[in-house]
This record gives sequence, C-alpha cells and structure tokens, in this order.
Amino acid sequence: MAGAAGPGIGPGAAGGDGDDSLYPIAVLIDELRNEDVQLRLNSIKKLSTIALALGVERTRTELLPFLTDTIYDEDEVLLALAEQLGNFTGLVGGPDFAHCLLPPLESLATVEETVVRDKAVESLRQISQEHTPVALEAHFVPLVKRLASGDWFTSRTSACGLFSVCYPRASNALKAEIRQCFRSLCTDDTPMVRRAAASKLGEFAKVLELDSVKSEIVPLFTNLASDEQDSVRLLAVEACVSIAQLLSQDDLEALVMPTLRQAAEDKSWRVRYMVADKFSELQKAVGPKITLSDLIPAFQNLLKDCEAEVRAAAAHKVKELCENLPIEGRETIIMNQILPYIKELVSDTNQHVKSALASVIMGLSTILGKENTIEHLLPLFLAQLKDECPEVRLNIISNLDCVNEVIGIRQLSQSLLPAIVELAEDAKWRVRLAIIEYMPLLAGQLGVEFFDEKLNSLCMAWLVDHVYAIREAATSNLMKLVQKFGTEWAQNTIVPKVLVMANDPNYLHRMTTLFCINALSEACGQEITTKQMLPIVLKMAGDQVANVRFNVAKSLQKIGPILDTEALQEEVKPVLQKLGQDEDMDVKYFAQEAISGTCVSAARKYQRHTCPTRNGRTSAFFPKAETNTPGLKKEHKQKIKKVPHILHFLLNEIFTSRSSHQSLFRGAWFTK
Amino acid sequence: MAGAGGGGCPAGGNDLQWCFSQVKGAIDEDVAEADIISTVEFNYSGDLLATGDKGGRVVIFQREQENKSRPHSRGEYNVYSTFQSHEPEFDYLKSLEIEEKINKIRWLPQQNAAHFLLSTNDKTIKLWKISERDKRAEGYNLKDEDGRLRDPFRITALRVPVLKPMDLMVEASPRRVFANAHTYHVNSISVNSDHETYLSADDLRINLWHLEITDRSFNIVDIKPANMEELTEVITAAEFHPHQCNVFVYSSSKGTIRLCDMRSSALCDRHSKFFEEPEDPSSRSFFSEIISSISDVKFSHSGRYMMTRDYLSVKVWDLNMESRPVETHQVHEYLRSKLCSLYENDCIFDKFECCWNGSDSAVMTGSYNNFFRMFDRNARRDVTLEASRENSKPRASLKPRKVCTGGKRKKDEISVDSLDFNKKILHTAWHPTENIIAVAATNNLYIFQDKIN
Repeated sequence: MAGAAGPGIGPGAAGGDGDDSLYPIAVLIDELRNEDVQLRLNSIKKLSTIALALGVERTRTELLPFLTDTIYDEDEVLLALAEQLGNFTGLVGGPDFAHCLLPPLESLATVEETVVRDKAVESLRQISQEHTPVALEAHFVPLVKRLASGDWFTSRTSACGLFSVCYPRASNALKAEIRQCFRSLCTDDTPMVRRAAASKLGEFAKVLELDSVKSEIVPLFTNLASDEQDSVRLLAVEACVSIAQLLSQDDLEALVMPTLRQAAEDKSWRVRYMVADKFSELQKAVGPKITLSDLIPAFQNLLKDCEAEVRAAAAHKVKELCENLPIEGRETIIMNQILPYIKELVSDTNQHVKSALASVIMGLSTILGKENTIEHLLPLFLAQLKDECPEVRLNIISNLDCVNEVIGIRQLSQSLLPAIVELAEDAKWRVRLAIIEYMPLLAGQLGVEFFDEKLNSLCMAWLVDHVYAIREAATSNLMKLVQKFGTEWAQNTIVPKVLVMANDPNYLHRMTTLFCINALSEACGQEITTKQMLPIVLKMAGDQVANVRFNVAKSLQKIGPILDTEALQEEVKPVLQKLGQDEDMDVKYFAQEAISGTCVSAARKYQRHTCPTRNGRTSAFFPKAETNTPGLKKEHKQKIKKVPHILHFLLNEIFTSRSSHQSLFRGAWFTK
Repeated sequence: MAGAGGGGCPAGGNDLQWCFSQVKGAIDEDVAEADIISTVEFNYSGDLLATGDKGGRVVIFQREQENKSRPHSRGEYNVYSTFQSHEPEFDYLKSLEIEEKINKIRWLPQQNAAHFLLSTNDKTIKLWKISERDKRAEGYNLKDEDGRLRDPFRITALRVPVLKPMDLMVEASPRRVFANAHTYHVNSISVNSDHETYLSADDLRINLWHLEITDRSFNIVDIKPANMEELTEVITAAEFHPHQCNVFVYSSSKGTIRLCDMRSSALCDRHSKFFEEPEDPSSRSFFSEIISSISDVKFSHSGRYMMTRDYLSVKVWDLNMESRPVETHQVHEYLRSKLCSLYENDCIFDKFECCWNGSDSAVMTGSYNNFFRMFDRNARRDVTLEASRENSKPRASLKPRKVCTGGKRKKDEISVDSLDFNKKILHTAWHPTENIIAVAATNNLYIFQDKIN
C-alpha cells in the first residue's frame, strides 16, 4: 500500500485519513531545509519516520536522491545523516535494495570533514554486511574501487576503510583486484592517503590469507615503515601490532622484527614515541621470547631517549610492561634490567618525565612484593615526594593505595606529611586545588586519628583561602570527609569550627560558613541541621553585607528540604518574608526565589504523599499570585549575562605558557 | 644592462616579454586605508588567486577558461568570491586593538571539490572553505510555490523536495578558528607537506597546529628571553620545506636563518642549520643592522634552495651551504645613500616579500615607485618593471625601467630623487606553472603575462 501512494493521488502513504498523520511528517520534510540548523538536525534525526511514511519505493526514488545532494549542509547535519543511513536498509526495502544507500554515503565519504567521512565509512561498513554476495560484487566493490581511484584524496582515504569488509566475501578474481587497489593506495602521492592506508593495514591483513599477508602485506608494511614522512612511518608501528599477531614466531623474526627494531631507533622522535606508546600492545603481539630478546633492550633505550616526550611515554608504560612479563623470572628481569633505568628517571631533568613515572611507579610495589618495595622502591617514592615539581608529588600521593596494600602507609607517613603540607600551601592555587581533591582518599588511607592530628587543620585553613575556587573545593571536601567519618565526627570536629566563622569580620569568610552549611546539611542530617546550623543561618539574615543576606536566602532554599515543616513555617518563613522586603534588589530576588523554590519542593512532597490529584496547590507559604514577579526575574537574568567572560582569557594564558605546552596529549593529537 | 634589446626578464632561459593583462581595484587617487592590499597568493594549480587587504577582506579571483572567440585573452582572472575574513577586535585584558588586516593567506592542497585557505591577522588564524553550489531544492509541503502557507488540514500527499539547477553560487564559510595562541603579531603561516599540520609564527614564537584541532597548538620555537630587556632579535618569517614534512626555517631580524628538524626533538629551540653571511666590515654603518633584517623567506619549489629578502637585496641560499648565499641580487642599491631619509620616513622598515617562478629559474620582488624587479638566475640578468595604469592596454608590453644612479640622466631614466616612496610594491605572486604574475600596488592588483608571439 505504501508504495502505491504517489504525490497528489489519494491519501498519503502513511495511510488512514491523511490529515492528522501526514501533517507532522510534512513538517519534518519541510524542516529538512529549514534555515535553522537545529531544526534541520532534528528532522534528519527523524529520517526513519519520514522514510516510513513515504514507504520504501518513494524513499528509494525520491528521498535518497535528494539526500545524495545535500552535502552542502553543516557538519553536524551531515554527521547525523551519515549515521542514520547506516540503519536504513529496512526502510528502503531490505537487503535486496541495500545498494540504494550507497550513492548518498558515497558523496558523504568525500566531504572534507574527517568525522563525517569516518561516520559515512562506518555506515558503509555496516551496510556492506547486508548486501547479498551478488549485490556486493555488483554494487559495493565497484563503489570501493571508485572511491579508491577518486580525484580527491578525501575519497581515497575513505576507501581505505572499506577493503577489509568486502574482501572476505568477494570472489577470488575480485580479491586479487581488491589487493591491487589497496597496494596502489599504500603508494599514493598524498601523505594523507598513505596515512589512511597505513592505519588500515593491520585491519586488512587480518582478513587476508596468510600467504598474501606474507607476500603482499609485509612488503607494504616495510615500505610504509620507511616512508619519507614520519607521520606515515609512525602509523606503521600500529599496523605492526596486528601483523605480528598473525605470523608465526619464525616469520615474525624474519619479516617484522627488522622493521620494528628500526622503528624503535627511528631518527624521528615521533616514531620512537609511537613505539613507546604502543609498547604494551607490541609486547603482547610478539610474545615473551622476542620481548626478552628484543623489546626489553629497546625499552631501555626508550627510557633514556634524548627526547623527553619519548622518555615520558616509555615511563608511562613501565608498570604495564612489568605486569605483562612472564611470571617466571619476572622479578629478576625487573630488578636487573628495568629498575636501574627507573632510578635514573626519578632524577630526570624534565618534569613531565618525572610525573609520568610518578603516576605508575607505585604500581610496581604489588609486582615486586614487600621486601623489594621497602628496599628498592621506597627510597624512590621518598625522593619523589620531595621532588621540586608539585605534579610529581601529587601523582605519588594520588596512588598511595597501591603501596598501602603492600607495605602499609606508615612507612611513608613521615615523609608524606611534609609533602602534603607543602602542597597545601603551594603558591599556585591549582596545586592547592589538586591536593584538596585527594584529601578524602588520603583520609581513608590514613585513618581518622592521623587525620585529626595532622590534616584537619589544613582542611580548615583552606576554608579561608584567598582564592574562591579553593574555598569552594574546601567546602565540598568537608562534605566528603563527613561522608567518610560520619556525623558524630562532623559534629565534634567540623561543625563548631565552621559555625565560628559566621562571626568573622571578613564577609567572604562569613559566606564560606553558608557554603559549608549548604554542602554539609545533607550529610549531617536533620537534627544537626535544625539545631546547630539553622540558628546561625537565620542570624546571618541580618548581616550588613547584601551578598551575605542573599546567600542566606539561597542557603535556606538549599536546606529547606532537610528541615521539618514546623521549622520551615515558624523560623524560615518569617526570615524569608523579611528578606523579600529587603532594600537590595538581589536579596529580594533570591528571597523570592527561595520562597517559591522551597514551596515547590515542599508542595511536591505534599502532593506525593497526600494529594494524588493535582489541584493547584503550589505554595506552602503564600497563595500562588504572590510567588514571584516575572519582571524582576528577567531583569536579573540580563544582569548575569553582562558579566565579562574572564575565564576565556585565563585559558589563553595557560594555553600559551611554556610549561604546559609539552603536553603529553601530543600522542593522541598526531595519531588522530 | 637590463633587458638589452627591449627584452624583458627571461624566465625560462629564453627571452621573455612581459605584457599587461589586467588591473583590479579603483583608479581614485585617494586610497582608502582598508583597500590597501596586504597579501597576494596563487593556489596550487594557479587557477585561483587570493588577495587580502587591510580591511580584513579576502578577494578570490578565478581564471576564466580559454575563450575561443577572444584568442588573445589567455584566461583572465575574474572575481570568484569576496568575503570578510577578519573584523576589528579589542582585547579587553590588554587594552589593545586588534587590527583586521590580513597578514597572510595560504592555500591548502585541494582535497575535494571545494577550496580551502588559511588567513590570518595579527592574532587569529581562520580556515575558510570556498565551495560552489549549483542546485537548489524546490517544493514544500506546507507552502505553495509562491510561499503562501497551505491549509495544514488539506495536505493529502507528501512531497519530497526535488533538486533543480540554479545559477552558480560561490560560498565562503569559516570552518575553523585558531585563536588565542599568539601573544605577539603573527607574521607567517605555512602549511606542512604532510597536509595535516601548519605553523604560525609571531615575533618571538612559532606554534604548530593540527588543521583539525583548534583548541590546542604546540609551541616549537620560543626565543623570548626571560628578561625582555635582553631582547635582541625577533622572528620575521617562517616557512615549511615544500617536501620534507619535518623541516622548517625561520628568519630573524639579525639577517640570519635557522633551519630546524622536528624529528630530532619536540622543541626546536636548537636549530640544525644556521645560515649567516659574514658581515663586510667596510660597509658597516648605523643602518647595517636594520637593513640586514630579513623580511621574507621562501623555499624554492624543488626544496633545494631558499630565498631571503632584506632591505636592499635578495639572496638565494643552497640548503647545503650555511656560510654564505649562492646568489645575491641587488634590488635597489641606489638607495644605500638614502638610508638616512628612508629611516626618517620609516620606509626602511618596509617588509618586502619575494617569490620564485614555477621552475625556480627566476625570482621576483618589489621596490618603490611601483617598480618591481625580476632576476633570471641562469642568465644572470635582471629587469625593473613598473606596475602602472599608463601603459595598461591589453597586451601592451612592459618597458624596462631604469633608475639613474649619479652622473648624467639619460632619456628614459628616472632619477633617485624623483622616486615616489609612497608607491611601494611589497607583495607579489608568481603562478606556480606559467608566466603569470600578480603584483599588488597599494590598492591595485596588476596581473601581467608573458607575450606569446
């Protein structure tokens, strides 16, 4: 029935009496071309609804041709389109018609935007599986060949990802052709295409016959691994992992290892970096024997490479490498062949190398056991805890749990404490922020006694830090500590100190009290909140600084749900009403927000428990009309909008600073 | 000596006669500042020619197909697309105005039917896509052909839009904005031969970008001293090697060029080659340092040589010889005695650019009085030509010009004192394969071709 409905003839394909069911579809179709990207995007995401309404035939003959030419659109629309088409086989009439989806995906596979191309390729791969063997040869393979011989390198790069899906199902004659096609892409003039081919080499090798792997893939691999562009060579390292898995040890030694050895000593640091970065995968792929004979010496070289980026990448892999060594003889190998190099790295000149090592070195203690850890690793940890670079110290502190399991934390606590104190008082607020974030973890490891004795005062000191972000983190830290140590502890150690700050002459500190109450009230529960915190909050409603007063309103809104109705009605309500008449506009605004806010939450509770029908009861305090003035709210919103975007500039500063430029994300960046 | 017998600069070894082809831009005497052309660049095929101006606009010219009815107009360049690339901005933190002036344009190798270019002002680099559209979708469900709304209750069938041909439309859309990585003024951008990265250089730093990633770049050279009072030298230009993706060079205000190999280390503070010509003590003067500052550096297409331009000369260096250039061509040696007044009117700080012809056999650079110079490297001959409207009839040959340097002024010669220093040719470009050149003279763009006999 669906196919029969043509334009203008009778009811639409969706059937029924037309109007009701057609209208939403009509809107969707029209919005495929709306000027607003968001609407176009919505429409594209509902493409299956449109196709369903049109029926399979009109989808094939009208919708797909239209979509094939929509490649002018924004990337996000194209991306959504490419994704939709991957699941469209059913909507064009099943596997027999799957090839109808190829033209739009083919044009999407040639756009310049990598994410769109990749998605189109992914969808093509998906659809290839739905082709019958005959259709695959008649439609899909020709498409791959077309893309592979396209004028522009975008189409050729897309082709690289399609070989492995059509090869296994092609006839022998066609297989030879496909291999030939892939070979020519591996020697393409454009480095972009050679890179795409190199990155798909491993995947393609997996679907090839073993003979072809040896006779064809290995030479291609060797060629790519000695490409003039290092951006191509480094991708060959990745292919090496897949190829190595396919070959026997003897073949591996003869065909792949010479290339891998060469890569580990490549003139370009980026290639050596890649070897270091892929070291665990390589180790698994080549097996224990070659690991011992070849990879360990190579790893030693990488650990003392002249380029810091390479050393850092290798340092990151130390733990995984050790873990993956065969258990038998592992300890000896680590002690004799790895540890001496690690010791060197502890005092490396580059802080990124040291911090990379610090992030994994603690993991060695479980592998080496208690005695070795105490004798050999502990001195290294202690040295790193005293490192000049805060990141190194932080990385050690953040991994304390590994050591705790093996030797107990007491061994370290003597050195730990000065390190923590120093970080806690670091001049850079970001460092202070980082150590605060580890406090709950440390508290758990060190236990409540040690914490109260040594660290509690630090946590309280952060509350009056001169940087807001630190005070903010300090409050949420308190909350986590309370969750860890319980309410009784909170009541005895934290709450009194927090509440004292309500009388501080500095209004920022008084506000911190409020922020702490916001964070702690839930963890502390109703009793402490009502008896100890609420009186202080209410008292602060008379503060002379408007910022404190409107934060009182906000706090009351926040802790409202925890309080019982009695306290709400008798204590909170009058104070909020009074603040609602405040001379300061912001205080007024937030008081009114709080009134309607707490009302809503109270009302919701009320509705849930007692009132199954919705009957317009929305406010516990006021009749509906009084809740808030819409005009005021609007004005306030505009006010917020005008705040200059300082953060933007701050980021730039970080961005250009030399110390952060040597980001270790670089690997991810150039292999993208 | 130039152009003996009326011949122009031979670019391919044979004598070559340059003739006028086109001139773009207004004729008016008073030039709007925003209209001054600030960069000129052919794309890889030479079919497109981009110019940027001080008003932040980019104008792209496309070469017309050969026209049989007018056999002599060998593909004129006509406007293909015009767009506003950069707008004036204000840095609130530093209280600095950021000009919209386009400092450089670089084309990307063509990757699909669309064309891409990078344009930069002092701070922000943008990637633009220039694409064509010749089809338009027609047919709505809720509207009729005239745009009137239909009654939603009378929709009885669905219409799928149909694509109909339409007049060609060229669109320029910004694809990426690479911002916030330069504290100083960007003077160069250069696309790497790996087709995925490019560099951008300012006075003290060079950054490496991935073309697809805008929120991160890597600083590969930083010559900023810890104490800015110790600053003695700035980066003036930087360029990637045309074939070796790991090699780039940068020139300095001290007249030296450093070649760096990105393979050896992630930070290229240490160069692998250092090109410097020993100073001749006899010609040393107060201005020596200023005039030795390099304003442009360009690799030859072959990648074997590079050319540098300083105030008075063009030098060609063999990458294998760091101690001195293999060729030095004087651009306007007669100005050496005028340096004092050129210093006073600031002309001495003009940044002249230079370019190679397609076969690397000739180089071109600009001078004053709307003169530009060509040097034939094989025949060791040079010529001075003038970009002017006076002789702007189609296919009119350009007459070589000569500046009188003391003694008696001959006919056809112009004396140094009557040169117009406000008419300077800073930016020129040479078609990558043919003898077509584009010369920016203030707000006018001149296109010249060789004469076919």
